[in-house]
Amino acid sequence: MIRDTTWGAKLWPAAVWAVIGFFVVNLLALIATVIVSSFGRRWLGTWLPAEWTTRWYVSAWNEFQLADILVVTFQVVGLVVLISGLIGVPAAYALARRNFPGKKLVMILFLLPLLVPPITFGIPLATVLYRAELAGSLSGVVLANLVPTVPFVILVMIPFIEQIDERIEQAARVFGASTLQLFVHVLLPLLLPGILAALLLVLVRTIAMFELTFLTAGPTSQTLVVSLYYAVFASGVRAVQSIDAMAVIYMVTSLIWLLIALRFVNPTQIVARAKQTPRA
Amino acid sequence: MSIHAGQFRELRLERLGRTFGGVAALRDVSLSIAQGEFIALLGPSGCGKSTTLNILAGLLAATSGSIFLDERRIDSLRPEQRGFGMVFQNYALFPHMSVAKNIGFGLAMRGIARDEIARRVGETVALVHLQGQEHKLPGQLSGGQQQRVAIARAIIIEPPLVLMDEPLSNLDAKLRLEMRAEIKRIHQTLGATTIYVTHDQEEALSLADRIVVLKDGVVRQVGAPDALYARPDHLDVAAFMGFRNVISGTVSRQDGDLAGLTVAGGKQVSGQARGRLAMSQKAVMAVRPEDMTPSPDGPIRAKIISSEFRGREFVGFAMSEEGAALAFVSDHPLTNGARIQLAADPMRAVVFPEVS
Amino acid sequence: MVPASQSAERRSILALLSGHGLDGLTLLVVPALLLVLGLFIYPFAYGLWLSLTPKAGGILANYATFFSDPFLYETIAKTLWLSLPVTLLNLVMAVPIALRVRLMRRQRLLTTILVIPITLGTVLVAEGMITYFGPQGWFNRVLLWLHLTSGPVKLTYNYWGVFLSLLITGFPFTFLLTLSYLSGVEAALEQAAATLGAGSWQRFRHVLFPLILPGLAITFCLSFVQAFSVFPSAVLLGAPAGPTRVISIAAYQAAFEQFDYSLASAIAIIMAVIQLGIVVAVLAARTLIYRGPAGGGKG
Repeated sequence: MIRDTTWGAKLWPAAVWAVIGFFVVNLLALIATVIVSSFGRRWLGTWLPAEWTTRWYVSAWNEFQLADILVVTFQVVGLVVLISGLIGVPAAYALARRNFPGKKLVMILFLLPLLVPPITFGIPLATVLYRAELAGSLSGVVLANLVPTVPFVILVMIPFIEQIDERIEQAARVFGASTLQLFVHVLLPLLLPGILAALLLVLVRTIAMFELTFLTAGPTSQTLVVSLYYAVFASGVRAVQSIDAMAVIYMVTSLIWLLIALRFVNPTQIVARAKQTPRA
Repeated sequence: MSIHAGQFRELRLERLGRTFGGVAALRDVSLSIAQGEFIALLGPSGCGKSTTLNILAGLLAATSGSIFLDERRIDSLRPEQRGFGMVFQNYALFPHMSVAKNIGFGLAMRGIARDEIARRVGETVALVHLQGQEHKLPGQLSGGQQQRVAIARAIIIEPPLVLMDEPLSNLDAKLRLEMRAEIKRIHQTLGATTIYVTHDQEEALSLADRIVVLKDGVVRQVGAPDALYARPDHLDVAAFMGFRNVISGTVSRQDGDLAGLTVAGGKQVSGQARGRLAMSQKAVMAVRPEDMTPSPDGPIRAKIISSEFRGREFVGFAMSEEGAALAFVSDHPLTNGARIQLAADPMRAVVFPEVS
Repeated sequence: MVPASQSAERRSILALLSGHGLDGLTLLVVPALLLVLGLFIYPFAYGLWLSLTPKAGGILANYATFFSDPFLYETIAKTLWLSLPVTLLNLVMAVPIALRVRLMRRQRLLTTILVIPITLGTVLVAEGMITYFGPQGWFNRVLLWLHLTSGPVKLTYNYWGVFLSLLITGFPFTFLLTLSYLSGVEAALEQAAATLGAGSWQRFRHVLFPLILPGLAITFCLSFVQAFSVFPSAVLLGAPAGPTRVISIAAYQAAFEQFDYSLASAIAIIMAVIQLGIVVAVLAARTLIYRGPAGGGKG
């Protein structure tokens, strides 16, 4: 890029890097605090705990019934991923391949649940689910979580499908492929990387989705992040280290999937859909 | 006309080099350019021509060597301090500014008064024939018009040097010819020293006063278009200048500038000697398709593979006995598979020592 | 009517529909559409209706209650007082940092680190912050060790706790969006400006900034809407009865503590209207600025 050797030009990057460094160091130290605390027997008024232990993990596991919570979490996440794939991918395919009257309106409709924050639409949604006697159960939690994830899959998949040349499918037809053969031998292999990326992102987002699950879950349908919230909310009842141990388990669950997802997507894609070129 | 070219006597590049991650993209490029010259940097992609241009513009730092504008060393200056005009490959017009604002940008950056800018923008718009388009946005212009804006924007600042990076490569064939003529006209009007990067030898030959042929980051030859066209110094330069046929043999005769080669089949061909040749040395002769024709006693024996009708003549493709692909012209139709004997014009063929 | 002509008519209707892009394939949109209509649009409509049918009083009684009770209407100011400064700070920091990071060849490590707080979410960040920024936490220990303060700085269970949590989860989001917009600007445009004599500030002022302005406006909207709907960290890290009693807490308490779904829906609608209002204002301002003199000229 362009070299700049003036005084201000040297001072400026230094200041920028200092801010980035300060942010990253504090972020990592914050995470490290949780991990260190979860392994400390007691930690009061010192830089590091005096003694180390793993017993908080045992007590967290038992006190918070983490086995049950993890089962529920994976049920919710698994169902959300599966259903958003099944509903979202075909819809994305149709939207990428067809132009029909009202398509713009449909696109806005799919954009809205991603733009409106979950707490805003979560309260009316929870109200409706309570009236329908679905809230409090696993199915209610799954339904609520589908509201942002299905549009997410659609909006991630549309550009991916659009960049696959439609003539490839036409060529397969010309060479005699039936609809099923076309799907299995041509479409699926081409779409798989995109589907995988979209669903991994859905997985990561659903594990961390607090508001919707919090508003619709009952005592038997809490996911890990909601249980963590209740544990922190009622802190004082349990030992801090026990809550920290639970937080570490939550972090591991979520970051493993993030690492897997980052093998397929660029970190920027987690917030932005793709590289957009602003046009005047 | 009050737009001028910036004044200087000599622009000197001294042993410029650039490496990318340990790989040399440019090695020891030295060149001296006089005021008003039109220089073409010619070569295949990856030859270092764009690297050279970017180093001149200040967009890329050289890893070695220096650049002098008269006595002033300029290679450590930032691009905005050099004051050179540059025309980018895809024009790089500011999409949010009108044509007039785009053209006046360089003057505005120099803090020139608004009415002065308006006056000079008006003149430049007239020079590049863009009257009536001043208030449009670049997105509303055709490719050729965008090109004119890009040129106007570069010359309005009266730069000592105008740099052009493959400016015609995004245009279709017809527009390319039209804009080539425009670039030539504007250069002749202003006399601005121009360095023009291209991979198209025809463009370089038609526009430049001097052509610099680059290959693998090294200058292979510098010369006037006619000299380069007739007498390339190296086989690779020859190949780039359209000498498509390469015939190998052994040096068997030397007569002033003319060298004779004995080729497969024992007969002799001859051409202009380029570089040091010794008797019995292995050498190659290069010749353009249009300088090779069928002849009953031609020294080169080959078998016709295919032929194309080109209107004025036929172009034949043949395989020589030693397995070289040859192209030649013929004034009569050719039969595929037939054996043929070919002769080359010795005044228009060149002989190089074979590089091992 | 004979069956043959019936089927022919049927076929021509199908052909007409498919001419408009409506065929079997288009129907694949229907399940997703039903889901969004049923679980997003319908609840909003239902919520609007519910908010207009209060437990007692006329149709606007809930809204009257909200705007007459300071304990309720003050949540708007409190939420704006948190979300606007944080969003502005995030954006003001994100632009120069993204300008620099854009030039980095290995951005991936940094972007990966920054994605972590977004992935972990506000609950975990709040949980970690309680210890880290607490009076005994590493942050205060370093300040004391460097003699920057005489006693621990109170950064939890108050306004600043929530502010910091919105910074930690919000900045990476704002930054990554800004970075993606900046990467979309063709590098040659900046180079062209440089060859025309524009210094680094002028390049930013006249070329980069106007080009990313539409993107920045959208980034501001998305970041603001997220910050405005702050919930878990305001409860866990703030003073949820005092300065950080944000509007989502009021809505939650109405619904799940007082079981007044009607009032809760009214508050949710008010939230949505405020968010929409700010978004519309920013986008309208963007249109005004972008069509205006920012297109070049003298600065």
